[in-house]
Amino acid sequence: MMNFIWLIPFIPFLGFLVLVFWGKYLSKRTIPLVGVGSVGFASLITILAGINFLSNPPANDFFELKLWTWMNVGGFAPSIGFHFDALTLAFVFVITFVGFLIHVYSAEYMHDDDDYARFFAYMNLFVSAMLMLVMADNLVLMYLGWEGVGLCSFLLIGFWYKESANAAAARKAFIVTRVGDTAMALGLFLLIIHFNTLDIHEILQKAPVQWAEGSSIATWAALLLLGGALGKSAQVPLQTWLPDAMAGPSPVSALIHAATMVTAGVYLIARNHVLFELSPIAMETVAIIGAVTLLLAGFAAIAQYDIKRVLAYSTISQIGYMFLALGLGAWSAGIFHFMIHAFFKALLFLGAGAVIHALHNEQNMFKMGGLKKELPVIFWTFLAGSGALAALPLITAGFYSKDQILWFAWSSEKGSPLLWAAAFFGAFVTSIYTFRMVFITFFGNVKTHVHHSPGKMIKIPLIVLATLSIVGGFIELPHNFGHITIFSDFLSPVLPEVVLGHEGGNTELLFQLFTGATGLVGIYIAWFFWFKNPSIVYNLKTSSFGKSLHGYLINGLGFDWLYDHAFVRPFTWISNINKNDAIDLLYTGIANGAQGLNKSFSRMQTGNIRWYATGIVIGLIITLAMVLFL
Amino acid sequence: MMILFLITAFVAIAASILAITRTNAVHALLNLIVSFIAIAIILFLLGAPFIAALEVVVYAGAIMVLFIFVIMMLNVGAETEEKKSKWLSPKIWIGPAILSLVLFLELTYVVLSESEILLQSSQITPKEVGISLFTQYILGIELVAIMLMAGIIGAYHISRVKRKVKHRFLKEE
Amino acid sequence: MSQIPVHYAMLLAAILFAIGLIGVLSRRNIILMLMSVEIMLNAAGLAFIIAGSRWLQPDGQVMFIFILAMAAAEVSVGLALIVQMYQQHKTLDVNSINKMKG
Repeated sequence: MMNFIWLIPFIPFLGFLVLVFWGKYLSKRTIPLVGVGSVGFASLITILAGINFLSNPPANDFFELKLWTWMNVGGFAPSIGFHFDALTLAFVFVITFVGFLIHVYSAEYMHDDDDYARFFAYMNLFVSAMLMLVMADNLVLMYLGWEGVGLCSFLLIGFWYKESANAAAARKAFIVTRVGDTAMALGLFLLIIHFNTLDIHEILQKAPVQWAEGSSIATWAALLLLGGALGKSAQVPLQTWLPDAMAGPSPVSALIHAATMVTAGVYLIARNHVLFELSPIAMETVAIIGAVTLLLAGFAAIAQYDIKRVLAYSTISQIGYMFLALGLGAWSAGIFHFMIHAFFKALLFLGAGAVIHALHNEQNMFKMGGLKKELPVIFWTFLAGSGALAALPLITAGFYSKDQILWFAWSSEKGSPLLWAAAFFGAFVTSIYTFRMVFITFFGNVKTHVHHSPGKMIKIPLIVLATLSIVGGFIELPHNFGHITIFSDFLSPVLPEVVLGHEGGNTELLFQLFTGATGLVGIYIAWFFWFKNPSIVYNLKTSSFGKSLHGYLINGLGFDWLYDHAFVRPFTWISNINKNDAIDLLYTGIANGAQGLNKSFSRMQTGNIRWYATGIVIGLIITLAMVLFL
Repeated sequence: MMILFLITAFVAIAASILAITRTNAVHALLNLIVSFIAIAIILFLLGAPFIAALEVVVYAGAIMVLFIFVIMMLNVGAETEEKKSKWLSPKIWIGPAILSLVLFLELTYVVLSESEILLQSSQITPKEVGISLFTQYILGIELVAIMLMAGIIGAYHISRVKRKVKHRFLKEE
Repeated sequence: MSQIPVHYAMLLAAILFAIGLIGVLSRRNIILMLMSVEIMLNAAGLAFIIAGSRWLQPDGQVMFIFILAMAAAEVSVGLALIVQMYQQHKTLDVNSINKMKG
């Protein structure tokens, strides 16, 4: 059975090929069959492989399938091969299953679009590339998948390319992630030089032997790989592309920028955990970046008025939580939060997309309102997702995953009260902006009426994801609360246990209470400021201090402004100087010189006989002189 | 001999200079004829009597007469008078004069680099010229004949006036 | 009979040639330009005769005959062309026939 895992990335790729070459000729009924069916088929095989994996686990807890050798250059011979272990299974499950639900949703969402086939082609290519990324057994193949998802992200963000703003957003995404990709490539080069192979399994075995713990070389390798992860996962300082990437259709935002591509960085760090553990500095950096990002993005989300941008900043913030978890050494907690986050964030994006679609492309939250009655299914599913995001206690899956991270921020060996305080305050802010969004969009007076209600294919994925957002957390309950550790046991052969700094059995309950309380207090504050007395916020916004603060927050805390002045303007200034292309001057100079010579020579043809006679005489004189004197 | 040569040379040069500076075409031509006659005398002094005669007969007699015919046919004389007076300013002839001077200096350099030789005054009789012409240079004679014929035909063809009215046998109905 | 140095004779030929050259380059009437060309041809022929006389051979005179024949043919064709030019442009000014300009 396991020999068929190569079908998992291949079938979506086949779907992509079919849609690219014959998409023009297929009817609007066949296209979603191909597009959704391919991902559905892949998820089916994933489930079969998963059952097989869980029922009789292979030796060494992983399964390797080498298809063929990709290249053989001077002893460096990466293969096209797949490495399938628990971590892979977790990611593949999320990608195919959530991906399948999103494809079903987009079959109805994008139905009226002319480029229906192109959309599904790109989505299938994306799923295929992402699966390649997580299933690769060597870093070169993973880099192939990495670049593939970057390409598909570009293509899908700029899907409606006829608007130049969308194309600009796609370019911005590609260029910013390119910076990260370059750092990652440098990291790969470093690894090749030292290990002469990029096979992940081999590297993870050789690294502790060859590199001492805390050595600078290990730190460099880890930090360079971290650079790549920062780009793809939109963390500080490379987070500026994600809010603008909301220019793409909502299913794209759900799939790529919530559930899968932005978690590629998380996967990278988790997969190479041995390298990161060799370098405490790198781990600290990961944790600090995670903490800073989650706060920054949380504050930016409070000020947004576009519903998708709130969710974009929310994604940045939640991935900050995952990075924090990884930096603390709580590997399985980070992966657990990834899985739960995939469920509720995809749900929230799909729900937001349904709202936007129903209101005929209205994205400004302040123009919505009172949709609770008009779109009931969407409202309840959205509420479930928001509860998971805000980590409402006990009933949502988000509570369990976020609570774990907060607990480990305090009690892990690498944790510190400062990191816990940041995460705690971040949870508070998360709850505020989440329910601000809910109250403004769904409660109050109706400002825009619903044009057409969503159909079955939109509602069903929302319901499935809402259910998962609620019950998904029950596979990992904390120690003092039932102590179900299905998920961490599942991942334990691959990822090491978190090392606790100091035992704090009793304090764990206290922390859980704190976390639960923040969720509820946040709801109250959101209700108070944006539902009951919106005038307070309005007055604050129009005061001079409020205006500048609001402007600062709404523009992502000035990162765009900084990058524009530090990088973009000098570059365009230099390009302007070279507008006439100095190198080109050489070639046009030759042409212009020849033309000038031509002009001066053609002035010699005056048609005047006396001038020609003079020419003859001068020639005669010169020839005579040459004969006589030379 | 020497004095005769010098006087004749002086006359030739003066006549030539006058020929190129006259505004009236007929005056210029007449000066040219004087120059040719002077040169014929020099040729005679150099021991080429046949050639001297040929010069007067062909050059001064035929070619210059041809010139005069054309000038009179085209009624040139009156026209050029006014124009030439404007065109005799130094600006026009200073360039050619410099060029000619340079050429002349080069030629003198060539001439003077030879050793000084005195010319004999013995004549080369027409008989010798004739024999040489028709034995050694027979090919040249033939070519000159062809060239003259080409000249005749060319001159006739070029100066033909196209008749506007065709002969009645050549008209197309 | 006293002898004439070759140099003087050759210099005479050179002077006549130079004068003819000045005439060609500075006259504006085409007929007078042709006339100056005749002066140059004559000077060249004179140089040939001088050379033949120096070596006491008839070759110089033979060459002069050829030059003479050529000058005659050239003048006849040239004047025919000048007549045609006059009939086309109604003027004998060389500056007016610059249609080959550029």
